[in-house]
Amino acid sequence: MSALLKIENVSKAYGGVVANRQVSLEVQSGDIAGLIGPNGSGKTTLFSSIVGAHPIDSGSIQFGGQEISKLDVPTIARRGLLRTFQQTRIYAEMNCVENMRISAPDARAPVLSLLSGFSRNVDVRAEELLDFVGLASKRFLRAGSLSFGQQKLLEFAMALMSEPKLLLLDEPTAGVNPTLINGLIDRLIKANKELGITLFVIEHNMRVIMNLAENITCLAHGEVLAQGTPQEVRDDPRVVEAYLGASA
Amino acid sequence: MTDAQKYALVATGLLFSFVAPFLLPQFATQLTMLWLMVIFALTWDTLGGQMGYNSFGNILFFGIGAYGCAVIQRDLGLDYFAGLAVGLAFAAVLSAIVAIVLGAGMLGLRGHYFAIGTLGLGIAAGEIAGGWDYVGAGSGMVPPLYPVELAGRELFFYFLMFALALVTFLVLRALYATKFGLALNAIRDDEDKAEAMGLRTTQVKSLAWAVSAFFLGIGGGLAGNLLGFIDPRDVAFAGATFGVWMVLMAILGGKGTLWGPVIGAVVFHITQELFWTYLLGWQRVALGLLIVAIVVFFPNGILGTLRERFPEWFGEKVEERV
Repeated sequence: MSALLKIENVSKAYGGVVANRQVSLEVQSGDIAGLIGPNGSGKTTLFSSIVGAHPIDSGSIQFGGQEISKLDVPTIARRGLLRTFQQTRIYAEMNCVENMRISAPDARAPVLSLLSGFSRNVDVRAEELLDFVGLASKRFLRAGSLSFGQQKLLEFAMALMSEPKLLLLDEPTAGVNPTLINGLIDRLIKANKELGITLFVIEHNMRVIMNLAENITCLAHGEVLAQGTPQEVRDDPRVVEAYLGASA
Repeated sequence: MTDAQKYALVATGLLFSFVAPFLLPQFATQLTMLWLMVIFALTWDTLGGQMGYNSFGNILFFGIGAYGCAVIQRDLGLDYFAGLAVGLAFAAVLSAIVAIVLGAGMLGLRGHYFAIGTLGLGIAAGEIAGGWDYVGAGSGMVPPLYPVELAGRELFFYFLMFALALVTFLVLRALYATKFGLALNAIRDDEDKAEAMGLRTTQVKSLAWAVSAFFLGIGGGLAGNLLGFIDPRDVAFAGATFGVWMVLMAILGGKGTLWGPVIGAVVFHITQELFWTYLLGWQRVALGLLIVAIVVFFPNGILGTLRERFPEWFGEKVEERV
């Protein structure tokens, strides 16, 4: 096992507000890693820093052994590091199949090689993945007309379609109804085991993250509070205090 | 509508387009202008509809085409038809290059900022052309005259403009069916998402504007010759008329659809001509009211409204696995 993602001493401040302070963590290749912490603890900021959406103030972010903290978002995405958004983002006026087609790796090619139709392989793969997330019957509907939960599933399928090495998921179960959540957990684990995609997941639902992740990092006030297995993190009195505000 | 009905409709339209200038010779120039309107709406929609970038400066490429073609015709000393051909090719390439250069700076602007930024383009170009002696300054340019010994000037320009509109339509239709077309739509729906997915959005946007400018440039070159006089502010860079109309026609027909701009252009142009004929003196007022009505009652355009009412006509349906 090697570190696919290595974050060292990353700090990021917005004006006077320090969102991340000296954060260091590693995500091992093939792992499912979790990121938890109370609201405002800097989880989404850290994700945005990793994918290059805003520059970090100091520190280093390495992906597959290469420094990526100075690269822009599309370049990092093309290297196989992708995120999904907390507020789901899909292409609302396009149907599900089109959403999937434009997420395929060949859509990221230089513009002149986009001047061709869609390969059979892409369409077959799109069908498989829409089947995988249970949206096959909705594939010709406008993505914007789907329910929020279905849009989350579509966004997840789009992420899989682009064949990332590492997928950052920002609250994949937020707003999804409880019966769908179990199915979603199964699919996340399947994507990890069968497709070999390393996952790094922000999650507020403790039941979900404890069942899903093999390693968990807890942030509070922008700093790493605890790291370890789900059991270790859950039993850490500082984590309990950060969440409940009580001195346990 | 079934496919057969659609083909029948298109075939009828094409047939009419071929015979119209013979049946209605007194309207030949107006019919030629109709095809120019179709080109306006189609090329505007590439950015405004498909890509979601509302440009109020596309008239720039029309003007550059008109002047570029006329300058080549004036200075190369070729015979009329050769000069026109070279001039149109030059107009197309020059417009596309200007689009790429401008795009590098302007396509980084998002939403309203892009719209406001482009608003200045046509105005600035009009002022520059109006003060530049090389292109006749304020008195404009007169392209070489169609050889007097040859008959059929109207038909010649009619069929050239018709061919240009047809080719523009077919090229855009082919483009929209590719990955490039989907990338345009992705940028329209959520550009941040498109970037997060690794799409090369800057390249896609620049090429889209270049394609749009390419055809608009040829249209400008043809229009200059058709009208026989290029005024810097009232013809070439006529932002308040042509420049606004291209936006309105695309919106009226349905932004971001293939046929919307065509339908919008036809409806708009015919309505406008009727106003000139029957409401002379009030035609501008009527046109203004029409514009308000379009925005209030058809914000999604004719095809957009149809799509809301009959989504299944547009292939939106739940489909169970067989």
